Amino acid sequence: MERTALLGRLTWQFGEVVATHPETTRTKSLTLSVPNWVGHLAGQHVDLRLTADDGYQAERSYSIASPPEDGQQITLTIERLDDGEVSPYLTDELRVGDKLELRGPIGGYFVWEERLGGPLFLIAGGSGIVPLMAMIRHRRAVGNPIPTRLLVSSRIYEDIIYRDELEREAEAGMALEVIHTLTRTQPPGWTGYGRRIDAELLRDIAWPVEQHPLAYICGPTSFVETAATELLPLGYVPTRIKTERFGPTGGS
Amino acid sequence: MSEGFFSRGFRGRRQPGDVAGRLPPGQYLERGFPVLSAGPTPHTPLERWDFSIGGNVKEPKRWTWEELMALPHETPTVDISCVTKWTKFDTHWEGVSVETLLHQVDYDPNVARFVIAFSDGGYTTNLPLADVLGGKAWVAFIYEGQPLAPEHGGPARLLVPHLYFWKSAKWVRGLRLVEQDEPGFWESLGYHNYGDPWKEQRYWGD
Repeated sequence: MERTALLGRLTWQFGEVVATHPETTRTKSLTLSVPNWVGHLAGQHVDLRLTADDGYQAERSYSIASPPEDGQQITLTIERLDDGEVSPYLTDELRVGDKLELRGPIGGYFVWEERLGGPLFLIAGGSGIVPLMAMIRHRRAVGNPIPTRLLVSSRIYEDIIYRDELEREAEAGMALEVIHTLTRTQPPGWTGYGRRIDAELLRDIAWPVEQHPLAYICGPTSFVETAATELLPLGYVPTRIKTERFGPTGGS
Repeated sequence: MSEGFFSRGFRGRRQPGDVAGRLPPGQYLERGFPVLSAGPTPHTPLERWDFSIGGNVKEPKRWTWEELMALPHETPTVDISCVTKWTKFDTHWEGVSVETLLHQVDYDPNVARFVIAFSDGGYTTNLPLADVLGGKAWVAFIYEGQPLAPEHGGPARLLVPHLYFWKSAKWVRGLRLVEQDEPGFWESLGYHNYGDPWKEQRYWGD
């Protein structure tokens, strides 16, 4: 497997919230100005550390949504978990001018750089789109029209994160195809898929294996398990299927 | 860095003292069992599965699934901590102690001071030999009374609960004893070479 993005020592530093942007009713993007940011690769994440006034601390990891080209600014997209300890604070309480302690970038495997080539098959379940969006934005920022298919699975139309931006990107003549599936309800006139991902759906849209595609899958465990497993019978090489999973965790 | 700093409006959710005292720094209590892995889940049929110990040993040793099952089983109940911040209390496992396996191998512990665990799918992780001896590590195949599920590393995974859980290699197929330590998969990608949760050794330099 490839070795990428060797990291130096990761020290805690401050980022200041310079913009917030609601993506959906449950997700919000936070843009942080981080003066000592060392740069990152598309797909990496950061650790955040919150400190209460009595010294109690909580740490969590969040994927970076912005491309490396944004310099000393990074954008995170946070999904609000109703019973979460940290995410409701980030989405509801935090505002422009607040400071956050963070360190990163972290993770050198679930990353895409130009030299890794393509074509890319990006498969996102819910907020699993966040690190994949960094790849799409990176591709855009460097002007590399590497053929890319993005499959986005959301529950309902209103839950689609980055919906407008994806629509614009798909129309920008940059060889990006965006395919949506809505697993719960579909609006009238919906032309995308309307079910959970399965073998047939993936077969419909996967790049032929002869093109040596590179797949990145991010989402909840069962989603990632299905997507990664069903790519294998299509001939995809295990080392060219990169996965990243995140909570809510379920019982198994 | 953070002296005097606090996050305006953040209260957090404190755990009772007995829970807080069992949580390594920076960890939160998890009741589910999250899955993390870098690629697709391998599925090796048991009739083709084996476990081997090689490298700096007098003679490499190999166990089939049946041979492994025939060795004495242990049933550790342990807390596990993932570098992604979750800790789970009182997980119940069944497996064969790595010490039991190494007991059947002729090697010099003063020379082969490190082990590289290797797995289906190409994953590797490195540990000091001392950390897999003395009843601190197992090849585990039963979790909470059930055969270990593939997404959690079944049919068998390494279980080294005193280190961050990436050291507990899923889909483990063997150990290579080596004289010189060499970083494994995540250890080459910025994660700490040793990974003690109580010292919060998550990343290089921690």
